[in-house]
Amino acid sequence: MKELTFETLIAVFEQIFGRGLFWLMAAAAALITLGYVYVLIRDRAVSWKKFLFAQLSMPIGAVLAVWLVMVMTDSHLSDLGGPVDVIVFLGIAALGAVGMAILIYTLESLMGSKRTTDISD
Amino acid sequence: MTLDRRQFLALAMGTGTAAVVTPGAGGAPAQSITTSARIIIIGAGAAGTALANRLVRRLDGAQITIIDPRPNHLYQPGLTLVAAGLKPANYVVSENTDWLPKGVFFVTDKVAAVDAESKTVSTEGGENLSYDWLVVAPGLILDHDAIEGFSLDMVGENGIGALYAGPEYAARTWAAASRFTEEGGTGLFTRPATEMKCAGAPLKHTFLIDDIARRAGNSGKINMVYAAPQGSLFGVPIVAEKVRMLFGDRGIETRMKHTLKALDADAKKATFADADGFDVEMDYDYIHVIPPQRAPEFVVQSGLAWADKWTDQGWVECDKATMRHLRYPEIFALGDVAGVPKGKTAASVKWQVPVVEDHLVAAIEGREGTQAYTGYTSCPLITKIGSAMLIEFDYNNNLVPSFPGVIAPLEELWISWLMKEVALKATYNAMLRGRA
Repeated sequence: MKELTFETLIAVFEQIFGRGLFWLMAAAAALITLGYVYVLIRDRAVSWKKFLFAQLSMPIGAVLAVWLVMVMTDSHLSDLGGPVDVIVFLGIAALGAVGMAILIYTLESLMGSKRTTDISD
Repeated sequence: MTLDRRQFLALAMGTGTAAVVTPGAGGAPAQSITTSARIIIIGAGAAGTALANRLVRRLDGAQITIIDPRPNHLYQPGLTLVAAGLKPANYVVSENTDWLPKGVFFVTDKVAAVDAESKTVSTEGGENLSYDWLVVAPGLILDHDAIEGFSLDMVGENGIGALYAGPEYAARTWAAASRFTEEGGTGLFTRPATEMKCAGAPLKHTFLIDDIARRAGNSGKINMVYAAPQGSLFGVPIVAEKVRMLFGDRGIETRMKHTLKALDADAKKATFADADGFDVEMDYDYIHVIPPQRAPEFVVQSGLAWADKWTDQGWVECDKATMRHLRYPEIFALGDVAGVPKGKTAASVKWQVPVVEDHLVAAIEGREGTQAYTGYTSCPLITKIGSAMLIEFDYNNNLVPSFPGVIAPLEELWISWLMKEVALKATYNAMLRGRA
């Protein structure tokens, strides 16, 4: 590789997931982020009660992210061959976990559940 | 899915800023010069297309013509994946017009001859085109007729594969190879005695078919044999040793110094010439044929080839650092056809194109170019589905890793596989557009 540009990087992700799925995911990610920011501004505080479910969902997000990448790239866990592979693997899992936490937090804040909306922090 | 959002935000902010500071990403300076030069590029493959896109940005008013008989562009690094059933045949096919810049003339014709004295190119369709500068990048010819008893219509049947021949043949190769991975028997994996495109591909095909049979639980039923005219498994000694160890580990036998001469498709027998020139017959249930490879005929007939090197193959005589013809300074060679010791890969093209661009633009301006091609070649050598070794080397057989200390070149890694399977086509496409 000579140099990695943002343009190339987008092309790489389009290649991994297919153009349609990638932009769908990117749009979903943008929407969720907007929702998260909106919720934070609206509530003017981070609700730790809402974070409970968000945190519980993190392992699910990590597993889902790893599963998606493995399926999309014809790979298996046994293919991890060196330290850099483990770092990439953990990075994907971490991104999935954080992403899922934000998704759940935002959904819970927007839709609300009895547990978190009845009483304020 | 939120998988990529963080990365994107970080990168959008990070590289977005960088892109503003350094316009003309890909190393090409942004300023263009005004010229009325007539430039002909023979070949709209990886090299010709990438160069055309870069020249259009550098030269204002130049008349650039690309000549190629084929309307389709082939992403050739994908052929090994097609021949292992990992990608469909159309994965490697696109239209030339998808990639060529506006303002470039495209001539759909085959070059018949180049007259380097009068600076004209004539086509088989009868056109005569004059040039001030000529870039010869037509790729190479697969000499299937050189294998006695073999023809392309046999591919896919009777255990015969030939993935180099194109997307359809790669798909048919997989049809034959997949039967072999299920039914077992002896698999013969060959290599030609000539220079060839991507010298790693014969090894990749061997490793992949072995891996697929293994995964299907059929490793006990197959007998894998790699037969090659060379004395070692790879041109770079340190890599050859690594491959030797991997072959040992996988139980892949080798028959070095064996050149495929002939096939008897009905009897499933292949004839090789050994080191002493004697015929050696081998039975097979699957054979992968890679024919001898040569420059297109017009290169030799037009007197552009080396007179004292590769005389049976006809590669263009050029300086190995500047790619410039040694006898005709207004001619450059690029890609597979170039008579340089290494570099018949898309990765080499990526490094060669900016060098030719530099020297060509400099020459138009009446000065000397400064860039030099070092022989850089990259080979993501797949060793099984899901792992590869990212091998990069130069003319001197030195390993030149892009990510030293992070991605070890001689280690079977998942990240190297990811690069081959997903990142490579994207960077290739960026290269075609002259942006990487």
